[in-house]
Order: sequence, then structure tokens, then C-alpha cells
Amino acid sequence: MEQIAFYLFSVLTIGLFLVTVLSSNVLYAMTSLAAGMVIISGFFFLVGADFLGVVQLVVYVGAVMALYSFGMMFFDATRDIKEKNTNNYLVFLLGGMIAVMFVIIFSAPVIGENIQATYFVANATNPQAVGLILFTKYLIPFEVAAIMLLVAMIAGIILAGKKMDDSLTTKDENHEEGATFDLKDNK
Amino acid sequence: MIGLNEYLILSGILFSIGLVGVLRRKNLLMLFFATEIMLNSANIAFAAIGGHYGDMSGQMFAFFIIAVAASEVAVGLGLLIVLYKKQGTLDLDNLAVMKG
Repeated sequence: MEQIAFYLFSVLTIGLFLVTVLSSNVLYAMTSLAAGMVIISGFFFLVGADFLGVVQLVVYVGAVMALYSFGMMFFDATRDIKEKNTNNYLVFLLGGMIAVMFVIIFSAPVIGENIQATYFVANATNPQAVGLILFTKYLIPFEVAAIMLLVAMIAGIILAGKKMDDSLTTKDENHEEGATFDLKDNK
Repeated sequence: MIGLNEYLILSGILFSIGLVGVLRRKNLLMLFFATEIMLNSANIAFAAIGGHYGDMSGQMFAFFIIAVAASEVAVGLGLLIVLYKKQGTLDLDNLAVMKG
């Protein structure tokens, strides 16, 4: 049963991500990427990381993909992307070789040695164990991640949301007139 | 029974797909998608290794990777919107404005 699920999920994810990488339509790419994220959460459930699978569903499929589809409203999504590609086969060869090299470098010690578990929680379900470890051993990275998310939220609001109708970066006359007008409005 | 090696091989395949996307694509939004694929393949590897050794650290690192990816998307999409309003396109070749 586990083998059937694993091979089905792996074939589906590889196919969907290939569609994402190779498609020239943004909407197709985004939809297949969202479907691939859903199936990757299936891998997490297979491994036994239940809470991680739920977080993957909520954050990736719920938040990141929704953010992408909001961003899609600003871009022209229906038009096909024209890209100037030179020498595709070289890119495929280089990408595959570099990725295989990375995988060998990083997974050879894992396969070769017998690594002992350092943080192990006995007699607990997966969300309980996640909570116990996250709020004892990984408390400071958790808080730093919270601050990082806050900074990212403020940066996203300022970059995308402020003054939707005129440009932020180019200092032209319209922009300055708009700024002074805003100041007068505030008074 | 599926062992650890199958998960690592799958993670390597997905990572190489993402890397080919990063190398091949010229559109910035597609580059973001390829980056998400690479982050997810790393997440699969972390969760599989953690589950195999009964260690919770793998899942913790996967959580922090998800947090980093979420904030990266927030900031990056804001930058993309500003860039699109400024230039009207997301092509990487048009970004070479500092070429001397």
C-alpha cells in the first residue's frame, strides 16, 4: 500500500513539476505547481510527519499559491511567454549534472553513516512531539522566523500596496505632485 | 517498504527539475516557481531523513524552510509588481539596465 502510494505520488509530482518548468503559459504553470504542492503533502503524511503535511497544505496551497494568483492579476497572464532560449540541451545537461552532484554530496554521508537521533520524543503523537521540540530546542529560531515573517509582511505591503496608481521608484513630477497633494489632504 | 534512498532519489529528481527551470527560464515569475520546486524537494529530503531516524530536527528544518519560502514569496512578489509597473515586462533580458 505504501509502495503504491509512493510511486503514484512520485510519478504525479514529477509530471506536474515538469509541466511547471516546461510550460509557456503562466496559468498552466501555476495550476500544476499548486497540484504538485498538494501531492507533496501526501509524501509528508507517508513519512509520518502529519503536522508538516498539514502546514504544507495550509501555507503552500492556501497562502503562497493564493498570493501568486493575486499577483497574477497585475501581470498579463493569458499571453504566452516568449523566451529567447539558446542551446537547450546544454542547459538540461548542466542542470542535471549539477543536481546529481549536489544530491551525491549531501546524501552520501547520510547513506554511509549510521546517524543517531538527537532530539527524539517517545510516547507522543506527531503534533505533540512537534510542539515539544519546537518550543524547547528550537524556540529562538521560531521567534526569529516570526520576526522575519513580520518584516516580509511589512515589505510586501509597502512594495505592492502603497500608491497603487503611480510608481514608487521613478521620481517624476506626477509623483511629487501626488505626494504634496496627500500632505495637504492630511492637514 | 519504502526506504530512505527512494525518498532521496525522488528529492534529487525534483531538485534537478527545479534547477533546470532556474537555468532555462527567462521570465522572473517562472524563476520563482522553479525556486519553489527546489525548496519543496529539500523539504521532502529533510522530512524523509527525520522520519527514518526518528529525529524531529528534520521536520523542524522543513518548517523553517516553509517560513522562509513564505516570506520570500511576499517580498519577491512585491518586487515583481513594482518591476512590472516600471518596465511593463518580467523578462530577465530587459533587466540589464546597468550594463556599461
